[in-house]
Amino acid sequence: MTLHVTGEVLDTKRTGAYRHLTLVAPGVAERFRPGNFVAITLADSARLARRSYWIHQVRPVGGYGPALQLVVEPVGGGGSWLAGLPVGSKLELTGPLGRPFALPKEPVSCLLVGEDHSAAPLFPLAERLRERGCAVTLLVAGRDEAHLLSALEARRSARAVTVVTADGSVGQRGRVADVIAETLGRARAEVVYAAGRHDTLHAVAAAAEDHGAWSQTAVELPQPCATGLCHGCALPVVGEDGVARTVRACTEGPVVRGDRVRWGELA
Amino acid sequence: MSNPTTLAGLTLPNPVLVASGCGGTGRELTPYLGEDGLAGLGGFVTRSISLDPRPGARQPRVVETPSGLLHAEGANPGLEPFLATELPWLVRSGTRVIVSITGRTLGEHAELARLLGRAPGLSAIEVGVSGEPFHAASLVAAVVRDLPRGLPVLAKLRPDLLRVVETARAVLEAGAAAVVLADAQAAALPDGRPAGLSGPAIRPVALRCVTEVCAALPDAQVVGAGGITTAADARSFLDAGAVAVQLGTALLHDPTTAARIAAELT
Ligand SMILES: Cc1cc2nc3c(=O)[nH]c(=O)nc-3n(C[C@H](O)[C@H](O)[C@H](O)COP(=O)(O)OP(=O)(O)OC[C@H]3O[C@@H](n4cnc5c(N)ncnc54)[C@H](O)[C@@H]3O)c2cc1C
Ligand code: FES
Repeated sequence: MTLHVTGEVLDTKRTGAYRHLTLVAPGVAERFRPGNFVAITLADSARLARRSYWIHQVRPVGGYGPALQLVVEPVGGGGSWLAGLPVGSKLELTGPLGRPFALPKEPVSCLLVGEDHSAAPLFPLAERLRERGCAVTLLVAGRDEAHLLSALEARRSARAVTVVTADGSVGQRGRVADVIAETLGRARAEVVYAAGRHDTLHAVAAAAEDHGAWSQTAVELPQPCATGLCHGCALPVVGEDGVARTVRACTEGPVVRGDRVRWGELA
Repeated sequence: MSNPTTLAGLTLPNPVLVASGCGGTGRELTPYLGEDGLAGLGGFVTRSISLDPRPGARQPRVVETPSGLLHAEGANPGLEPFLATELPWLVRSGTRVIVSITGRTLGEHAELARLLGRAPGLSAIEVGVSGEPFHAASLVAAVVRDLPRGLPVLAKLRPDLLRVVETARAVLEAGAAAVVLADAQAAALPDGRPAGLSGPAIRPVALRCVTEVCAALPDAQVVGAGGITTAADARSFLDAGAVAVQLGTALLHDPTTAARIAAELT
């Protein structure tokens, strides 16, 4: 069940290149599952498209009950506005939205791959997987140290953590594509969860297939409405029946099986 | 939400309709509508359905522009899957289902009308017409001819101020039960591909079309559409002579708009 509510900013803090916003959004946090996102209506009524943000964490805040945490990159019209909101600001949001990550029924070995702000949904996922007895390995990637999401927190929720940055400012120098095959092998992962740029997800899905692992990829596409109304977020996939079709990333995704996406058609 | 309106012989509980292409398959809008769901609205116009499935334009398909959204031609599953899955669900929802149709030729439109005419539970057909009045009238005539009597046709017109009255007169004479004013404005995406512009940016143009047609053709049934975002916007179209309004872009910005405006109009 999705809700459209007025939320309020309870806390905002800078972490590296990002803003971590804590929001009270009645009912939304209670319904959250890892991989869900919220869609935010911008205050400037001349901007009609909505902006989607991963739900990073759900944590109780004294006097408010469970609150949502978002990781916002202050870029573009939407990101800059959202990141600049002071405590006490009200905003219209819809959530939780999207199909979340599917959890394995058995306690299997899992690799979680996250890049830049898109690593946000993997932290609560790691917690859920650990609760189910899964061995969790994390591969966290970023452009540089400032764009690396909380490696410290990652170490708390995973058995092993690999960090890569494009500029080598922390961890290994490189990109996910450079290290994915090796990391998968070392983790003996049976399931891979990934969120990041399309080319990164493609590399992860391909490596998973080579290793005989399942992959679940969280695909970010522009979502003008984020609620399934406009068909603007077309995600090219291959159906169970082998037929090529498009699905809506906001309702039938954003998490889809990596071997089902026609990556070549995503620019 | 009761403020009954008569449109094309149909009784609607209120004058707020969902515009074509802006309500998903109907299901996605339902969580934002309160306990009556879609049935609580005046009616639901489907996205435009063609005979064959259409994959839709490549990305980006929907692009923001100040006070408006640009959209390239949308996807649809084609008539057969639509009849098998989307239509029965919409009919069961209890709303008045208006199926929007699109074809490349007069023959395709006529075929769509013939096949839809047999489908149970449909309230009306909507067809988008553009171009000059004679062609618009031929298209409407082709659709009307192949429909069972009593299944009304709404003709949705491009906001062409120079000829809107003439075109409205022509399609009504050809058998349309009502005109929808107006469709998206012809525009282009930043990369030059053709697109439709909708949203508050086109509201004044649409309102002008409604005003002109209602003044020139006082017996015509007119549905106002274009950038309606608030109950006050809706009222301005109703005051200009429209019997109902369609909400489109507003739903993409805030899916609760339809229920809110319907409630505020009563
Ligand atoms: C499922 C999902 C989860 C996301 N999670 C996060 C997150 O946790 N943190 C974060 O910083 N960012 C996230 N994003 C990206 C975010 O939605 C915005 O794209 C980003 O903030 C840039 O938008 P803007 O308005 O700031 O940029 P602008 O450059 O001003 O946007 C310009 C135009 O591009 C369109 N656009 C481009 N990319 C996107 C997109 N991905 N989604 C929607 N519209 C887009 C907008 O509609 C707008 O019209 C997520 C996107 C998706 C789809
Ligand atoms: S963003 Fe509108 S349908 Fe997905």
